[in-house]
Amino acid sequence: MAGESYETHDYDVVVVGAGGAGLRAGIEAHDKGCKTAIICKSLLGKAHTVMAEGGIAAAMGNVWPEDNWKVHFRDTMRGGKLLNNWRMAQIHAQQAPDRVLELEEWGALFDRTDEGLILQRDFGGHRYARLAHVGDRTGLEMIRTLQQRAVALGIDVFMECNIQHLLMNDGRVTGAIGYWRESGELIVFNCKAVVLATGGSGKCWQVTSNSWEYSGDGMGMAMEVGADLIDMEKVQFHPTGMVWPPSVRGILVTEGVRGDGGTLLNSEGERFMFNYISDFFKAETADNETEADAWYQDKKNNRRTPDLLPRDEVARAINAEVKAGRGTEHGGVYLDIANRRDAEYIMRRLPSMYHQFKELADVDITKEAMEVGPTCHYIMGGVRVDADTSATTVEGLYAAGEVAGGLHGANRLGGNSLSDLLVFGRIAGGSAADYALGAAAAAAPDAAEVDRLTTLMLEPFTDRGEENPYAIHMDLQRTMHNLVGIIRTESEMLKAMEEIAVYKERAARVKVEGGRRFNPGWHLALDLRCLLGVAEAATLSALECKESRGGHTRDDYPDPDSKYGSVNVVTRKQNGTISVSLEPLPEMPEELRKIVEEQV
Amino acid sequence: MAEAAVAGNGAEAKMRVWRGDASGGEFRDYTVPLQEGMVVLDVIHAIQAMHAGDLAVRWNCKAGKCGSCSAEVNGKPRLMCMTRMNTFEPGETITVAPIKTFPLIRDLVTDVSYNYEKAKTIPPFKPKPKEADGTRRMYQEDIDRVQEFHKCIECYLCQDVCHVIRDHDDNKPSFAGPRFFVRVASLEMHPLDTDDRLEFLRNEAGLGFCNITKCCTEVCPEHIKITDNSIIPMKERVVTRFYDPIARLLGALGGKKS
Amino acid sequence: MSTLAIDKRTLRQDTWWLEPMLVVLGLGAFAVYSTWAALQNGNYYAAPYLSPFYSPCLAINCEHVSVPLFGSWYNWSPAILILWIPGGFRLTCYYYRKAYYRSFFWSPPACAVRDAASGYSGETRFPFILQNIHRYFFWASLPILAFLWWDAIIAFNFGGSFGIGLGTLVLIANAALLSLYSFSCHSCRHLCGGGLNSFKTAPGRYKAWGIITKLNEKHMQIAWTSLVWVGLTDVYVRLLAHGVIQDLRFI
Repeated sequence: MAGESYETHDYDVVVVGAGGAGLRAGIEAHDKGCKTAIICKSLLGKAHTVMAEGGIAAAMGNVWPEDNWKVHFRDTMRGGKLLNNWRMAQIHAQQAPDRVLELEEWGALFDRTDEGLILQRDFGGHRYARLAHVGDRTGLEMIRTLQQRAVALGIDVFMECNIQHLLMNDGRVTGAIGYWRESGELIVFNCKAVVLATGGSGKCWQVTSNSWEYSGDGMGMAMEVGADLIDMEKVQFHPTGMVWPPSVRGILVTEGVRGDGGTLLNSEGERFMFNYISDFFKAETADNETEADAWYQDKKNNRRTPDLLPRDEVARAINAEVKAGRGTEHGGVYLDIANRRDAEYIMRRLPSMYHQFKELADVDITKEAMEVGPTCHYIMGGVRVDADTSATTVEGLYAAGEVAGGLHGANRLGGNSLSDLLVFGRIAGGSAADYALGAAAAAAPDAAEVDRLTTLMLEPFTDRGEENPYAIHMDLQRTMHNLVGIIRTESEMLKAMEEIAVYKERAARVKVEGGRRFNPGWHLALDLRCLLGVAEAATLSALECKESRGGHTRDDYPDPDSKYGSVNVVTRKQNGTISVSLEPLPEMPEELRKIVEEQV
Repeated sequence: MAEAAVAGNGAEAKMRVWRGDASGGEFRDYTVPLQEGMVVLDVIHAIQAMHAGDLAVRWNCKAGKCGSCSAEVNGKPRLMCMTRMNTFEPGETITVAPIKTFPLIRDLVTDVSYNYEKAKTIPPFKPKPKEADGTRRMYQEDIDRVQEFHKCIECYLCQDVCHVIRDHDDNKPSFAGPRFFVRVASLEMHPLDTDDRLEFLRNEAGLGFCNITKCCTEVCPEHIKITDNSIIPMKERVVTRFYDPIARLLGALGGKKS
Repeated sequence: MSTLAIDKRTLRQDTWWLEPMLVVLGLGAFAVYSTWAALQNGNYYAAPYLSPFYSPCLAINCEHVSVPLFGSWYNWSPAILILWIPGGFRLTCYYYRKAYYRSFFWSPPACAVRDAASGYSGETRFPFILQNIHRYFFWASLPILAFLWWDAIIAFNFGGSFGIGLGTLVLIANAALLSLYSFSCHSCRHLCGGGLNSFKTAPGRYKAWGIITKLNEKHMQIAWTSLVWVGLTDVYVRLLAHGVIQDLRFI
């Protein structure tokens, strides 16, 4: 079947995704003089960035003058169990403060210190109060500021336009193809460079804080054009998601609750985190309640509370408490701030948490404890990029934000995501623009290839079977939750691989009812391709990585293994199959190694 | 596990959902099993998964933070993700319709591009120069007011419920709507901003069309006091500029610009 | 593309018509009573109490003269001389505008319920553009408030000796409620500090603005309470003047 009609647009740089990274990339590419398009699956300003609550990590030193990029760098590396790309971590820590101040230049209003500067709050794994924030809705402030900046600059935005495939010519990416959600019509972009800013793939898992958009599009599309993915097994389960009622299970409870004084309790009322301080963090973590509580006020003479250990540690601890029978009625633990801070303080610091629990769970967090448990939150792995340019391993293709891997190593610290979006969004947009300005015009897309892809996209409307896309998606989520979840083991993951193979086969027989006009069943049927691809890559990586570290915990290999301490697990797709290999991390310079290893 | 928690008592949700597009359609009845804690959006998803795979609905975060799932539930503009099923009478049939003010695309999805076009007309933030020490100093008491406006999640329920455009389509070109009065107020009250948007408010944005009947405030899921805190203060500033000769005279005598 | 086309005025199933109906009854009753009372031109003074409908009483012919601005040629009701000020203040008040646009004009009758009229220009044209003079009525109402407080003070004076009657308390409450109503008004809030872009540099006005903001949140409740109270105050004085009841004396 040939000749399916589509519209065509020509740009220098096409940015796929309009969250923090995509918008920042688009603004940078535009500022460098490129004709730039930003394309997003949802309406502008609805991307997952709005869900970020706690803040943007940046060593501005407004609250603690002792803070600087080196401390932030050290925290990030140690939080990531040294699996981070050191150069990314360095650039990130050095540039984050400028990116925050830039938002202020564009109209953002962060909470203030008494001196009128940007106030910073405590967060897990950060040595000093470092997160620039706006109550507990920092992501909203960030995306709105960037969105309004992009609008003021007059950048073209394609809303509710879902990019499905990248187009290649002469070994470089020269465009993308997708469809308009509203009309179901197909659309082709010709360009010189593409920036992927599509976010993660949390929708592979059942209990997740992620929205439907997180279907792994960027990772899936990059893999299909031969780009490397790294560390796909490193999945962050945020320790505190809502657990009750069932329909809201997984929705995020910000780490800010603990940053502002909340504490985790098991069903016996014990502050169990004191029992889970690993040797790695022993020196800098309080071992008694008095010191932990004093730390909020006096950080110089006290060590930080174990409630704010990095997320992987806390998530595993909660998991262990529940398994040991000390969980709450609905299978979580308690997160209590009601007994620790007064109602006025809670309402001022955590207004949207208050409303979330009040309206969704009938719980007044100023009076009662919350029930929380781990929820799939973030993929540390992703498309492999060059630290200084955010270039992927495929020419003309750039990636920034959650879709890219490397910055966070084995575990991401809270607050480092928003700063990641800004720092590397800007770098990716700038590099793509530089490349586009120097590159020859893209050749027209290969008509046969476009025909193949349009046919592929419209296949679910042909009479191929009776499979329901919603059912396949739910089955995949259950498989990943049960078999490739927080705690993993070889036999279960092999079973997961078998099930994923079945889902792939079922996905080929999906039947979609209705027409092309705004049809969510069709949209999901198409999303299944990347969801399944990413699930497969994550499971294969997890099988290959026979150790436990950060966001990857193996029941059959419960300890870290030095063999995996200095390598990336690389997945790449060649001739239709995904291969996995271990490849060494870039070597960290001596002076940075000293910073990381320094005991404080 | 979530999927095991289906309410054992066989409770059901009876829904009447608009199906169709601008060329025509009808309310169609669906029944799905009800679980504890369900919100209207969950029930719509259940209908999608069980009865109507092509039921068009917009949603993203499902936690009241993104403002995508606006609809009219039993005739009231609401976010579907923040409307709990247990707020209705057991056995009651719940009607879900698309928001009325904007052109219907299909089922529960409407074309909200009006809002994105209006957003483009707002004169952007224009900051004054930095302090001598290179910093930007703002004080919490100066930004409290504006931070309330920044809570807006752009669900456009205020735009939907506003009768100026809901019932009078012909006003759309000359009226920006409550969302954008909030936006202009956030810029006008921004302690660093130097631009002046009062003329814009009075003319292009059509502030005078608002008869402060406060439905925008009633439906705001973020509980922003749209009318009292943004629209009326903007009306008062417009009065000072254009309708109050004494204030102008005093201003001129005091040597102030506004 | 067109919007969802449904024949009904609204899909709402609750009693959305109740609120506009109550407002029509409430405001209607007050309008009828106050017009009647203002046109009575008598029985508005029962020493030492002056009905607020007739205060300040500005004509020589008044039963109780506050300021003799109008000579003996003036024979109409002295209430007419001043009632236009509180009347205009309330008519242009942001709360009452909402109330009567909704309940009398059905523009709209309730949220998500269709407007009665097919065309709409809001407050962009005459006569409704005149709503913008609300702040002038606010300024004008301040001297009236002063007189009402004066009336309340002289209500302690029973023929030269100090006393407190039920009427004294009624007049004090009346002056207090009307003051609350005036000072909680949106224009007052703007004039006190709402028009500033930086509060840091004007701490006094910031404080005033903060207090008025708190009061302003209750503007609707204060509007109704003061409206009912001022009506009842007139009723009380009128009944005393008619000799239907006797004032209750505490001291």
